[in-house]
Amino acid sequence: MPGTYNPADVLQALPEVFLASVALIVLVLSFAAPARRGWMETLSIGGVVGTGVLLVWAAVPLFQPGGSPVSVFSGSYLVDKFAIFFKVVFLIATLLVILMSIDYLPLVGVPVGEFYAILLFSTVGMMFIASGGNLLTLYIGLETMSISIYILCGFLKRDQKSNEAALKYLLMGAFSSGVILYGISLLYGLTGALGFEEIAATLATIDLSNPALLLAMVMLTAGFGFKIAIVPFHMYLPDVYEGAPTAVTAFLAVASEAAGVAALLRVFLGAMPHIQVDWTVLFWILAALTMTIGNVVAMAQRNIKRMLAYSSIAHIGYVLIGFVAGAKLGISAVLFYVLVYAFMTAGAFAMVILLQTETVKGDLIEDFAGLGQVKPIAAAAMVIFLLSLTGIPPTAGFVGKFYLFSAAISAGYVWLTLIAVINTAISLFYYMRVAMVMYMGEAPEGLALSSSRPLHAAVAFAVLGTLGIGIFPQWFLKIAQASVFGLLP
Amino acid sequence: MSGVTLPLLTIVTFLPLAGAILLLFIRRDKEGLIRRVSLVVTGVTLLISLALPLSFDFGSAEFQFVERVSWIPTIGVSYIMGIDGISLWLVCLTALISPIAVLCSWEAITERVKEYHFFLLLMHTGMMGVFLALDFFLFYVFWEVVLVPMYFLIGIWGHPARRLYAAIKFFLYTLFGSVVMLLGILAVYFYAGAQTGTHTFDILELMKVSYPWSPSLLSFQNLVWLAFFLSFAIKVPMFPFHTWLPDAHTEAPTAGSLILAAVLLKMGTYGFVRFSLPMFPEATLYFVPFMVTLSIFAIIYGAMVCLVQQDMKRLIAFSSVSHMGFVMLGMFALNMQGLQGSILQMVNHGLSTGALFLIVGLIYDRIHSRMIADMGGLSTVMPIYGTLFAITMFSSIGLPGLNGFIGEFLILVGAFKVSWLWALFAVSGIVLGAAYMLWLFQRTMFGKVIHERNKGLPDLNLREVMTLIPLVIMFFWIGLYPAPFLKAMEPSVQKVVKRLDQARKVVEAPTPTPVARNWARDRHEE
Repeated sequence: MPGTYNPADVLQALPEVFLASVALIVLVLSFAAPARRGWMETLSIGGVVGTGVLLVWAAVPLFQPGGSPVSVFSGSYLVDKFAIFFKVVFLIATLLVILMSIDYLPLVGVPVGEFYAILLFSTVGMMFIASGGNLLTLYIGLETMSISIYILCGFLKRDQKSNEAALKYLLMGAFSSGVILYGISLLYGLTGALGFEEIAATLATIDLSNPALLLAMVMLTAGFGFKIAIVPFHMYLPDVYEGAPTAVTAFLAVASEAAGVAALLRVFLGAMPHIQVDWTVLFWILAALTMTIGNVVAMAQRNIKRMLAYSSIAHIGYVLIGFVAGAKLGISAVLFYVLVYAFMTAGAFAMVILLQTETVKGDLIEDFAGLGQVKPIAAAAMVIFLLSLTGIPPTAGFVGKFYLFSAAISAGYVWLTLIAVINTAISLFYYMRVAMVMYMGEAPEGLALSSSRPLHAAVAFAVLGTLGIGIFPQWFLKIAQASVFGLLP
Repeated sequence: MSGVTLPLLTIVTFLPLAGAILLLFIRRDKEGLIRRVSLVVTGVTLLISLALPLSFDFGSAEFQFVERVSWIPTIGVSYIMGIDGISLWLVCLTALISPIAVLCSWEAITERVKEYHFFLLLMHTGMMGVFLALDFFLFYVFWEVVLVPMYFLIGIWGHPARRLYAAIKFFLYTLFGSVVMLLGILAVYFYAGAQTGTHTFDILELMKVSYPWSPSLLSFQNLVWLAFFLSFAIKVPMFPFHTWLPDAHTEAPTAGSLILAAVLLKMGTYGFVRFSLPMFPEATLYFVPFMVTLSIFAIIYGAMVCLVQQDMKRLIAFSSVSHMGFVMLGMFALNMQGLQGSILQMVNHGLSTGALFLIVGLIYDRIHSRMIADMGGLSTVMPIYGTLFAITMFSSIGLPGLNGFIGEFLILVGAFKVSWLWALFAVSGIVLGAAYMLWLFQRTMFGKVIHERNKGLPDLNLREVMTLIPLVIMFFWIGLYPAPFLKAMEPSVQKVVKRLDQARKVVEAPTPTPVARNWARDRHEE
């Protein structure tokens, strides 16, 4: 019953409450016992894993036949399969980032406790986005996430680029939040509702040719476009990726992008299915632009973080193909791709961190030179990530792309798929250049890798995910397919 | 034997992969051990593959030794392997070439031996899989898996001058073609799914569906045919998609060239016979003039380019373009003789061009040059080498008694049955082929030894002879007694021809052309 409040409803948000509490404890520890680095690390990992357990526990009844989604707090908070799916992706990403950070933070001189606390807060924000049942919950989740990330980007206080990244991201982020709010207010003005279902219900009854509605749609597209870096709203992204501490970049590339996609799906599919015709055309163009510009510019990069930044722009372009294709097939392809993308991109960034030591910054493509001869296992892991990013079997990236393409073909978007095919060939060129440097370049004297165990574990986990989902995708595809039900009519 | 049957096809496909994984656990400085393990693995694979023709039912057109396991049921993907008369000899060829590839790298490859053999074995698995897979998803996986090791083989162990360029060019060309084919596969998948109600990538199921065709370029079947065509034509390579080939061949190490010529190019022609012809027969007939034109162009153009090459390896690479044009011409005669000759010629080309690349590799190991000008009169210094080269050359130009003759003869008969003009062009290709090969042989082998430093060249040792002997035996076997080879493929080929003959009725059905209609209407109005 909307409008009633039941104290037990809080239990539905137990995973978020739990993770936020852990974050607070870490924050307290960071000034109460700043020397206890190990505690904070263990606590953060434990918090993420514990939240995962709680989520799975909540998910089991949902994924049973007949399990129905729960909506609490007057419909502003939803617990459905879609939310669970994205939350698991966020947690996987957060876990990988924490593992990468454990020895990286002391190396670059970042205060540990605050970092983990803010990272976890950001994750909580993402989880709220995934569960958002109305525009305000979603917006608050988005801001919680973004503001935390602005801080994380600037954690290298003495580093000019890090400062630049933080400021640029803050300004752009604030601007895009404003644009989103403007879109929200227009929608509210037109429909008098904030909940996605109510908005959709009202839109079914009113005149859809109202220009204000179109304006609202464009505003929301632009706002979310900034958040997930759709061309032409992507300009800030490479600078931010380059300047931010690499672990944060990984977090941005994986978790924050996934959260942006979740928000996009919730708002456009949940609230505006009636004007799908309009935004499909818009996103068709944006998808083509995003993947093409992302890939073409990536070819020219020397810095691997910038290259991966453009590559992540390109991948958002691929994701949009599934969004444009729509229907259950298209949206489940988006979900599946987001999961796959998390593993391979996190893995690639973990490799960049692996290369960073006290003497070498390791963020140029040349820094990978000779890795294939000196550190064959590390190089092999990187090759797997690169092949997966290109979309070559038997990696997860292939299955993801395959699934996206099949959704697009089945919906009849042959031209868009052809553009994606050409882009795949372009992307091969720059991904393989890294492989080429690793295997065909000469290693500098005394090339050393980080000896961090947790980092190695992160790489191993990412390899496992990339190959595992690539060879046995059945289970994951099924979960992704199941997770779109409820979101789509 | 009753009850449990061995998954023979899975074994021959994945045994090399198991070997590759085993290599990872050997220390990298134990190069001898790595080589021996690779040789044993490929050798055992060859022995097991011999069981395939021995227990193959020669009278059946159906797929045999079929294995079927569910893989990704959500989207209708299964692990299906099977073999028929078309793939049988290509599988055997692959199995035969791999140990030779290991053997010919024995002394030539001294750097990063472990990775090298790892990639060789990985590629072996991919190639076997391509010929055996009966599920489009699985097929595509194997198809792409082949690319990566080849890329590294060319890029790392290739000739230093332009290896990076050649490697990426190879990868880009073939990947682009493959992904377009993937779109074709998806189109077929969805169309057939809508027709039959079950979405599946099972090739045998998809072959039962007939795809809509009309004499317009943009009809469904024609478009899908073109998507497949792009991928296969790049792989074959057909003119004008061949430009990656000379670069890749020239820069690749000997084993790379060997595998490229013997097996990888066959993946393209195999794709045409396996998929394009029986699945899209109407489109195949529609594109016959187009394909034959390209093939004839390739035959003559390839041969002409050979005549001006200074580089022996590049010459043989271009001769591949010409020979593969032959294979395509025979195939698109679309009759029994043409198709049988085409498939046999795939094997023949694999054997003889593979052997030619080995021969270039042997001389390159000695004089570190591939330039024809750096050779001359070598047969007096290296008589065994000269003899083997001569036999191989004769096989390549189709001397009666050797394998090339049988294939070319059948192709000519097939082509002649359709049009004497095609046969005429093909014959001119043979004449040109004889010209450049004999001329090459003359310039490198006969006459006086022109270079002082070539006088002390050692002849082939036992290992080197052993790399060529199996191929030479095959030359004679196929040349003198081709019956078992042709007999095994006959039922399967017959099935394809039958399907095409059915389609011919549709394509050649008297449809009123616009002109005819107008004429009829005018008559009516009178």
